[in-house]
Amino acid sequence: MEQYINLFIRAIFIENLALSFFLGMCTFLAVSKKVKTAFGLGVAVIVVLGISVPVNNLVYHNILAPGALEWAGFPDADLSFLRFLTFIGVIAALVQILEMTLDKYVPALYNALGIFLPLITVNCAIFGGVSFMVERDYNFGESVVYGIGSGVGWCLAIVALAAVREKLKYADVPDGLRGLGATFMSVGLIGLGFMSFSGVSL
Amino acid sequence: MASAKEMKSVLFGPIFANNPIALQILGICSALAVTSKMSNTLVMCIALTAVVAASNFFISIIRNHIPSSVRIIVQMTIIASLVIVVDQVLRAYAYEISRELSVFVGLIITNCIVMGRAEAYAMKSTPFMSLLDGIGNGLGYSVVLLVVGFIRELFGSGSLFDVQILPLASEGGWYEPVGLLLMPPSAFFIIGGFIWVLRTFRTEQVEPKE
Repeated sequence: MEQYINLFIRAIFIENLALSFFLGMCTFLAVSKKVKTAFGLGVAVIVVLGISVPVNNLVYHNILAPGALEWAGFPDADLSFLRFLTFIGVIAALVQILEMTLDKYVPALYNALGIFLPLITVNCAIFGGVSFMVERDYNFGESVVYGIGSGVGWCLAIVALAAVREKLKYADVPDGLRGLGATFMSVGLIGLGFMSFSGVSL
Repeated sequence: MASAKEMKSVLFGPIFANNPIALQILGICSALAVTSKMSNTLVMCIALTAVVAASNFFISIIRNHIPSSVRIIVQMTIIASLVIVVDQVLRAYAYEISRELSVFVGLIITNCIVMGRAEAYAMKSTPFMSLLDGIGNGLGYSVVLLVVGFIRELFGSGSLFDVQILPLASEGGWYEPVGLLLMPPSAFFIIGGFIWVLRTFRTEQVEPKE
């Protein structure tokens, strides 16, 4: 149990996908002008990461990993070179299914998430989360915790940045730095803040 | 056939005038984490340029046969296959660097430059022009990355391509490395500064006041 809590905390604060691995940066910078939309996107990312990391974990360990096809009579097969193609396919399919399910059963949430859901397919944070899961060899339980934890971390980071940018609108920034430049600097400062969490463990 | 002038603007335009990172906000995702060393940065730049150019070329060849309802999936499949090739080549010939780049080679798939150029340019242009556009955008991306990598490695650890340039104080030299530059947030400061410098010279890129 303790190991799961530790992993959760680490995924949120220390190994924050957005601030220490720069993942999902395009949407991170493009959709962080208002706290409200940023939060909507953050929730969508939590949901998609929370589902796609465990699902890809199952796919990887039962089909793609070296020797994983033993149950089908191919003990020597090693399909791990296909993993990028498979993961991106699984993520795209999951997002599509999620979109249709939400549309049918939870229309309120569907409307709130709006265009963010389809955008998430090409969000590097999702793909990055899945790749890290394979790289670090998480088992199924850990992958559930890691998926949700890293989603929460990303959500926290984008909401923080949106809040900073809302205030930054009133600041008198030098011409060349206005907009994108100032945003980069703010992200750097938030990242420095998050770095003070490193070394925290339970 | 397009004129030589047009070809030149497609190839060199993205480097400063329409830089994918500094102006189009594309492809920042997988890039910054690999810039703490020049050798990793260079490999990443070559890999990305190869993938953008090739994917633009192939997508442009079959652009008239792709039904628009499934085009994203088709583009994704082409890009993912190209990235697999790059990844396998790196594993075979540059295993150490491939280990250090870890997941970031795979992340070229979701790099917005590749998708963005495929969607915005290759779907409506001839194969040769798309190839040039891909190389141009790859170069624009590489320029930013190499500048960041140069600053981070030279001042962060006093070396370039792992060759010691500034003798470190800990080894009897005079240079005290700036530890901050080896940490992830420094890349943001450097890119922010890069944008500032770029926009000071090209004032048309300055964003209007809200």
